[in-house]
Amino acid sequence: MRLLTHNMLSSNIKGVSSGFPLRIEVEKVVEKQVEMNADFLRNMFPKIEWKAFAYAAKALGYSDLPEEADSSQLNSQDFLQKFHHALLELHLEEGVLICPETGRRFPVNRGIPNMLLHEDEV
Amino acid sequence: MKLKQLESLLGNLTQFSTPKIQLEQYPTGPHIASRMLYTAENSFGDLANKVVADFGCGCGTLGIAAALLSAENVLGIDIDAESLGVAFTNAEDLEVDITFLQCDIRNLRLRGEIIDTVVMNPPFGTRKKGADMDFLCVALKVASSAVYSLHKSTTREHVKKMALRDFNAVSAEVLYELQFDVPQLYRFHKKKEVDIAVDLWRFVPGRRNHGTGD
Repeated sequence: MRLLTHNMLSSNIKGVSSGFPLRIEVEKVVEKQVEMNADFLRNMFPKIEWKAFAYAAKALGYSDLPEEADSSQLNSQDFLQKFHHALLELHLEEGVLICPETGRRFPVNRGIPNMLLHEDEV
Repeated sequence: MKLKQLESLLGNLTQFSTPKIQLEQYPTGPHIASRMLYTAENSFGDLANKVVADFGCGCGTLGIAAALLSAENVLGIDIDAESLGVAFTNAEDLEVDITFLQCDIRNLRLRGEIIDTVVMNPPFGTRKKGADMDFLCVALKVASSAVYSLHKSTTREHVKKMALRDFNAVSAEVLYELQFDVPQLYRFHKKKEVDIAVDLWRFVPGRRNHGTGD
């Protein structure tokens, strides 16, 4: 699972009001190189919840992202490279996503988060 | 990539080995899938460099087609672990990078406006009434640019009304009418193969209420 997905995925349990961001427990991280697309990153930047993104990157063992970021940094090649790497190249392969409100655990196996709910959670 | 090339790549994908009737698992044939996605890219520019989600991705045909047509990020979502396993292998075979997610579309909760385009071949709602409209409702909340979807032609007026009136779409347009050949997958199918008329729709979502979060 890419961190791009983590940045939109929210806990979907009935009654949960702040299901975002999901906390991350890591068992295994994989890195897959992809070509950088600067236009895509510039377009994506304003849609990213940066705090949650930096948290997720750190959880996956990548601490090179600044705690805060603003759009002026998009002119820096170095910044774009880090943004790209964390957003699209880091994958949570095995681990758990945890609802920030209820502590409900959603397993991630082979990179696929399982967000299926039990009957009493819908 | 040329249309023919796309169709032939999709034709090699592995499909459901034991389809589940309650989920209305019918494979999206390469003919329809390739035309659907080719149109999305070449007529509307809705795939290349975009974030695309495939709702009810099944064996991954539409999502893989989006990735082949240069979508920057593809998210394939399905309720069924077995299908996701097949989709995963299909994506690996074609060396496209897709993030899969196991989730009931009706319970999908996404923040923000990250997804540009949703592509889907939803359950037609013949076994479970309204299943197609559940998918469309969520798709129009989540997408910020466009939703491409297949619905039975007999439901055309209903689909249009629901999209525009209830799901806040600003446009709902039938691009093509196609023949969807449903092979004899299930025991209740009496004929060997049935053609049903299916509309390929393009919906443009309204600008407010993005994300399915609260």
